[in-house]
Amino acid sequence: MDFGFILSQSLTQAIGVTAIIYCIAAIGLNIQFGYGGLLNFGQVAFVAVGAYAVGVTVVEVGSSLWLGVAFAVIIAIGLALLLGIPTLRLRADYLAIVTIAASEILRFLAKSADFLGGSQGVTGSIGTEFYDLNPLPEWDRFELGPLSFSRVDMWLVMTGWTFIAIMTLLTWLLMRSPWGRMVKGIREDEDAVRSLGKNTYLRKLQVLMLGGVFAAFAGVFSAVSKGSVQPDGFVPDFTFFLYVMLILGGTARVAGPLLGAAIFWFLLVFVEQVLKEGVANDVITFISVTQIGPIRFILVGIGLMLLMIFRPQGILGDRKELMLDAR
Amino acid sequence: MHQRSRRPTRWLGSGFLALLFALIPVMGFASPAQADELELTVAVIDGERAGIPDAAINITGPDGFTADIVTDGEGLAVIAVPTESTFTLTLDEGTITEGVQGDNPREVSVLTRDKRVIFTIGGDGGGGGGGGITFDRVAQLLVGGIVLSIIIALSALGLSLIFGTTGLTNFAHGELLTLGAFTALVLNTTFGINIIIAGPLAIVLSAALWGWGQNQFLWKPLRRRGTGLIAAMIVSIGLAITIRYLIVFFFGGAPQSFEQFAGQTPIDLGIVFVTPKELIMSVIAIIVLTISVLWLKNSRLGKATRAVSDNPALASASGVNVERVISVVWVLGASLAALSGVFLGLTQNVVWTMGQFLLLTFFAAVVLGGLGTIGGAIVGSFVVGITVQLSTLIVPTELKTAAALFLMIILLLVRPQGLLGRRERVG
Repeated sequence: MDFGFILSQSLTQAIGVTAIIYCIAAIGLNIQFGYGGLLNFGQVAFVAVGAYAVGVTVVEVGSSLWLGVAFAVIIAIGLALLLGIPTLRLRADYLAIVTIAASEILRFLAKSADFLGGSQGVTGSIGTEFYDLNPLPEWDRFELGPLSFSRVDMWLVMTGWTFIAIMTLLTWLLMRSPWGRMVKGIREDEDAVRSLGKNTYLRKLQVLMLGGVFAAFAGVFSAVSKGSVQPDGFVPDFTFFLYVMLILGGTARVAGPLLGAAIFWFLLVFVEQVLKEGVANDVITFISVTQIGPIRFILVGIGLMLLMIFRPQGILGDRKELMLDAR
Repeated sequence: MHQRSRRPTRWLGSGFLALLFALIPVMGFASPAQADELELTVAVIDGERAGIPDAAINITGPDGFTADIVTDGEGLAVIAVPTESTFTLTLDEGTITEGVQGDNPREVSVLTRDKRVIFTIGGDGGGGGGGGITFDRVAQLLVGGIVLSIIIALSALGLSLIFGTTGLTNFAHGELLTLGAFTALVLNTTFGINIIIAGPLAIVLSAALWGWGQNQFLWKPLRRRGTGLIAAMIVSIGLAITIRYLIVFFFGGAPQSFEQFAGQTPIDLGIVFVTPKELIMSVIAIIVLTISVLWLKNSRLGKATRAVSDNPALASASGVNVERVISVVWVLGASLAALSGVFLGLTQNVVWTMGQFLLLTFFAAVVLGGLGTIGGAIVGSFVVGITVQLSTLIVPTELKTAAALFLMIILLLVRPQGLLGRRERVG
């Protein structure tokens, strides 16, 4: 088995495009769930909104990418209002059910709407303007120690992580501001904050909007990097994986989503590659190649359970910050 | 199979997982010896499930495999194909009168079992919402809605009871249904037991393993540890993902069906068409639901269950053994879910996502009726099931589940406690 190859593959994925998409969405979820205590199980709906906004604006309407990004932000805020105004008064478990239901309704709508491409989704060169900005020299591969990226991927990874750095800084600044302290206060004891005369409902709505806009950026990044938007990419499992990453990295910690997303994708690819190599070289004989995919997700599921039971604060977290409870 | 640990707190989740791991390989490796050729059956039916004769289907596969078959008087065509291959089936639209629902051509994988592929032409939904609202169509959809409602009600009742007694919003409840169906499938296809016996047997096994076992080795230790309800909810998501992919791992992702009653000719009841199995299932389900509700209303244990739902601390102080009640509720919930899994497997097919697809409709039913109430779960299920089917009169078929979810959200805004729930703070 070539462990050097396996490691470099896994590391590439750990900082690669997919990890970036999930990381951006997880930063948004961290604001909602980690700091705000909102059990949003429909985060994928915001990602879908962002992806469809740019996809439809660029491919179907034929307008510019930047206009699409503006639409993504506006529609995400609209969705947060639509979702939040009626539901933010509900108890945590109701909020979870309603948000997951809303995300599924959106997916079904996207699948049946012709102007959104139906079940095929939207495919086309979505990110031309973005790729035109690529300042990198016209080399075939870019080698970073053991890692190797194509020119396009290199550009995506650079901008992606820069964007993540900016958003992380923003989160950090926000959460140490009076606004952020109030948000955390609402998570700890909403009644106490309300008794001080603060409008907790408005704060929760702002938290939902902010996290939703972040997730919409994840959707934009996904559409641009893949050149397509497909409704079945936006299943509830997407949101659940975000929770795995968030809890793994450390909920209510600024660097939690970064660490979580990178480790999650590293492990997922590492396990897959080790098993693939093992099967190919007859080291592992009791499973077939088609069974490798499920094994990864079995491990994700078991990992989520064990984390939540034994170390709900994740790698970076503080257990005291996670005394959330419903009822 | 699994030795009972004397110190369950030490085992925590691993106990239940060990149970899963211990059992499923036994099932997986017990597959029957395979022949090199399997039967691929193609059925071409119309919206009322009557067979279409003389429809031509072209089949292409690996290694230059190609064949043309034509359906017989009952709309069936059978061909022997090599195992473990993927085929492309193309229904010649020139030989049928209306358009095909779903994909055409269609990719089909034949792995280790005989396979059945159904092409539905014309009929309800085609492009969705186009067929016009006729009395016949409403009646037929209503029948479908009732069958769906029954399947939902069986699972939703358990979900509601578990929520009521433990406060757990169980995102792995759909997997209880899936596990029940797969337990029956293993008994049916691997051990060759007729589904009439395999079904009840699967329910008993499900009650013991997936109900009692799950509670004993996962949720009970977690309750002892004082795990919060939100944490428990997230654990249930992890469990759902684990179970789903374990099933894919051992059984593959392709839909399968029970050996008996796979295709039945519907009986014409004047206005509507119903298959005999749907009639029998409905009768069984209504009896089971009635007994369950009566038991919960009148028996000693049933009253204890409702007392625990109301106020666990007070019930415990009054001498109710809360843990025992919870155990009973899990056993009941798992058996009902297994029954609905077997029914769903009989009407549609057995596939790893079957429970996952229905989970949100269970939630919709339970929330509509009133979270934690017994009558509410059943009333809610019928509202949801019938809404789902009847909504196809107006909206495209893809949106039928969305209609039920939308109904749930609207009701939550107007009447947060649900149709039958008591007024209580849910905000």
